[in-house]
Amino acid sequence: MPKYLLLKHYRGGPDPLDTDVPFDQWTPEEFDAHMAFQHDIARVLQENGEFVDAQALTQDGAWVRYGGPDAAPVVTDGPFAEAKEVVAGWFMIDVESQERAYEVAAWVSSAPGKDGKPIHEWLQVRQVMEDGPAEP
Amino acid sequence: MNDALLRGLVPQVLGVLVRRGHDFATAEDAVQEALLEAHRTWDERMPDDPKGWLVTVATRRLIDLRRSEAARRRREEAVLSEPPPGPVEQADDTLLLLFLCCHPALSPASAIALTLRAVGGLTTREIAEAFLVPEATMAQRISRAKRTLSGEAFSTPADIAVVLRVLYLVFNEGYAGRVDLAAEAIRLTRQLARESAEPEVAGLLALMLLHHARRDARRDRDGALVTLDDQDRSRWHTDEIAEGVRILTAALARERPGEYQVQAAIAALHDDAPTAAETDWVQILAWYDDLLALTGNPLVALNRAVAVGEVDGPPAGLRALDGLDAALGEHHRLDAVRAHLLERAGRHDEARASYLRAARRTTSTAERDHLTKKAAQLRSRPEVR
Repeated sequence: MPKYLLLKHYRGGPDPLDTDVPFDQWTPEEFDAHMAFQHDIARVLQENGEFVDAQALTQDGAWVRYGGPDAAPVVTDGPFAEAKEVVAGWFMIDVESQERAYEVAAWVSSAPGKDGKPIHEWLQVRQVMEDGPAEP
Repeated sequence: MNDALLRGLVPQVLGVLVRRGHDFATAEDAVQEALLEAHRTWDERMPDDPKGWLVTVATRRLIDLRRSEAARRRREEAVLSEPPPGPVEQADDTLLLLFLCCHPALSPASAIALTLRAVGGLTTREIAEAFLVPEATMAQRISRAKRTLSGEAFSTPADIAVVLRVLYLVFNEGYAGRVDLAAEAIRLTRQLARESAEPEVAGLLALMLLHHARRDARRDRDGALVTLDDQDRSRWHTDEIAEGVRILTAALARERPGEYQVQAAIAALHDDAPTAAETDWVQILAWYDDLLALTGNPLVALNRAVAVGEVDGPPAGLRALDGLDAALGEHHRLDAVRAHLLERAGRHDEARASYLRAARRTTSTAERDHLTKKAAQLRSRPEVR
């Protein structure tokens, strides 16, 4: 079965909807409801035998590159220039088909946010490559 | 501890319990626990009667499982009736279990996982590692599969084509070289072939052996893919080739051809050639014609085009690709085959573009690397007109 990475971003995607209100404008209850929804997804995916991994990333980070043979690594602190490209976390799933991966992504995107309404966030869906031969 | 012996006993012990009247799902859990117990203790002390030991331990676990189930339901008064211990069946139930685990109601992934556990005698952890998923996920996949099967009779005759497809999928997983699933698939298919007279079972076993024979030559020292024409044929396992050819010859003599027998025949012709240049492409093309007639599969038509290119020249091979775009669309293999034929035709710029397109579309890192290198090699080579 193919594995897919469902990448969540700190706001953004091709055409962010205004339902995707930043966390700091939510009530604590709205935040709890959102997190409970996410945990429930992970639990159902596990019961389905589809769950591989779920992680969240800190909002701040750094860009790092090789600085040369005698130099320290070159480090540029966040925040990243293009906030919409910052990955917030992911689900990795092992599913029958691409259709199923899209279905799960849409489910994740339906998580409740401000006023309990679905946030409609964009998720980036990427297939994980394997070392063996590609599936026929 | 003799791992092969233990794994061979697992389906037999499960068969004993199910024949006594235990429910398949619970019995399978009990046998898995007995298996884990055997892994823990047999190194210290090997029982005199390993099968009897497993039956006893699994039966004890079965009672425990039912007791805790009963407790959970607050039905302490429930009668923990243990069916009377019948004589330990001598008949091998492996075949029946294989049919049950490959039931058409299960998705291929579920059938594979359940087959490897209930018939293959692998632990949940080993299966999870082979498929790179957490152990808990694999455990859920297996218990869901068993729930789907609940109510299915142990003796329901299933479709042997489904069993063969599941075994072939297990075999192909084995190429990734984590747990040796290819060897496991061969072992299970061998068992099936001993009990089934269906020529396609023999055909599949032959096909697996004829491919498995090349396993050491398929990757170079760095793990990069080596295509058939570049493989060091001295590293092929001649004993497996000889066995595969023998099994295939006997199967073909029964004159009930099927797709596995035909694929095995093609593999045998490749294995037979001392060098790539000596490959009997005329015969291979004839078998591809048969295979295409049997299956109508566009991927077969694609591989046939390679053979056409060898027999009638690359332009003919390219013409054989006509019309496959509609059926295969974005499939990376169409681009890879087209690239190969364009390269042989001396049309290097177009070949390079096709290799790059294939590299972008494949889901395999090994194939991507190979295709990218092919494209890089062509960058410096002039067009041949």
